[in-house]
Amino acid sequence: MIHLEYLDRPHSVQTAPVVCMHCDSPTCAEVCPADAIKRTADGVVQAARKPRCIACNNCVLACPFGVPKMATDLELMMKCDMCYDRTSVGKKPMCATVCPSQALFYGTEDEIERLRPNSVPVNRFQFGDQTITTQVRVMAPKTPAVEYVDVTSSLNAQAIGQDIFFNILEEPFTGGK
Amino acid sequence: MSKESLKAMLWGLATAAVTALLVVAGSRNLAYFDAELIAYTFAVLFAVFAIAYRYSMWLQRPPTALYWKRGWQVFFRRRFFLPNTGRWFLRVAGDFALNRFIFRRGRLRGLAHWLIMWGCIVAVLITVPLSFGWIHFESVPGHLRDYRAYLFGFPTLAFPLHSGLGFLIYHALDFAAVVVIAGVMLAMRRRMRDHDAASLQMFGEDFLPLVILFAISVTGLMLTGSYTWMKGYAYDFITILHAITVIFGLLWLPFGKFFHIFQRPAQLGVSFYKDVGKHEEKAHCRRCDHAFTSRMKVEDLIKVERELGYNYTMADPASDHYQWFCPRCRRAMLILAQSALWGGIRGGQPIVTAALPTLPQSALGIPHIDFGPLGKEDEENFHP
Ligand code: SF4
Ligand code: SF4
Repeated sequence: MIHLEYLDRPHSVQTAPVVCMHCDSPTCAEVCPADAIKRTADGVVQAARKPRCIACNNCVLACPFGVPKMATDLELMMKCDMCYDRTSVGKKPMCATVCPSQALFYGTEDEIERLRPNSVPVNRFQFGDQTITTQVRVMAPKTPAVEYVDVTSSLNAQAIGQDIFFNILEEPFTGGK
Repeated sequence: MSKESLKAMLWGLATAAVTALLVVAGSRNLAYFDAELIAYTFAVLFAVFAIAYRYSMWLQRPPTALYWKRGWQVFFRRRFFLPNTGRWFLRVAGDFALNRFIFRRGRLRGLAHWLIMWGCIVAVLITVPLSFGWIHFESVPGHLRDYRAYLFGFPTLAFPLHSGLGFLIYHALDFAAVVVIAGVMLAMRRRMRDHDAASLQMFGEDFLPLVILFAISVTGLMLTGSYTWMKGYAYDFITILHAITVIFGLLWLPFGKFFHIFQRPAQLGVSFYKDVGKHEEKAHCRRCDHAFTSRMKVEDLIKVERELGYNYTMADPASDHYQWFCPRCRRAMLILAQSALWGGIRGGQPIVTAALPTLPQSALGIPHIDFGPLGKEDEENFHP
């Protein structure tokens, strides 16, 4: 379950997908009054537990990446759960499987290093005073090296006119073995 | 022991003590209390204690505590009190009695839940007062074929044993058991066939509750079968078997999935909070200026996040806190920030326009390519 957003619609037709970043310390889960969002041992932050979610929107508004969606008439939050039904049995998430441009990629560190020799995956994000680290990574240039993505500094920024690599990089799933 | 668990412990003990008092008083000082049911009673007392304990622990989490307080506050807010009361009835009927939102998640899923829920409600409404002696039956003096039900020792309705009504009352538990079994079957079917369910379900969380309900219902029906058709064959053994399943179910109430029975009513508080949020002052996104939620909600979330140890404060006083930005702008900022890292590399350069974009910025999702808004709230980017 992804979002596809224009970066800067008045100036560019460029789009980018946004998926759940699977935060190491997920704000969505912590602000949930119903304990409906669980993080698995392998770091996947799951979608809301159906018997529990009370559709309060806390997660929708608190997620620093703006990921969860609200299915109002089902009284249920839904979001990317890294296609747990697929990844837990060794398959790739649906989005990465069907993405023709490899803007979304699912694989190991070695694979992405080979595929994108000039990029490095980054998983630290800055939101004002808050640092968030994630399981999903975005691709940044190798030089100049960056340690983190300062999200809030782009409050007023413009799109950069060229291709952007937005890749998912995960430890390979062992399916619990 | 932490302050939280001490408080929860006290609530648990107090609730269990009140229940014990009710058992003693409701059965007129145990006059109508059936000593054989002592094991059940202790299981109930334990369950009450543990449920109150867990509920209290849950209520002490910052987001839950805040919603709990706000839920009551907005319900009684003067301007909204009357409409709220009307909506309370509608919601209890639509969401709780009819499970409308679960039927929307899936018809069979809704049906399974509805059957299990009503079967259990009927069964609990009968068995708990019966076992605690809150209800008992006596034959009406002079009319030996008539029975009278006594509630808390006070006489109520009398009915002939061999009548339609008598049959219904006498066999209500059997009907409840059949309804529960039907629901459990449907739920099991879904769990065994649905790939989505298969990937996430766990035995303890998802199957065990169904197994428990099934075992309680079947052993209950076996009791009826034993004395109706088999001259009481193995009646004592089945009684013990039934007791074991029920007691196991009671002991499991506070731990696994069953606990949602007690958490779920919070949905009501949330719905009133959202209603009021729609009508009171809005919060406008500090990037796109779009009204995306209520001011109350943003301020509450800022408070909760701080209590949880998050610090999304922003240096720029006009922005103040990251919570003042709508989900859509958050997504846009993320990709702009990543894009900015590539400025000047391999031909990447800012798209030159005469002037830098000014606030409010626009950042629009693409409804038809995007997975799409799931509901009205997403579509409008308004999340009260
Ligand atoms: S990206 Fe958002 S939804 Fe995903 S884990 Fe982090 S806070 Fe939760
Ligand atoms: S919408 Fe559901 S999952 Fe999200 S915070 Fe509220 S109860 Fe939790």
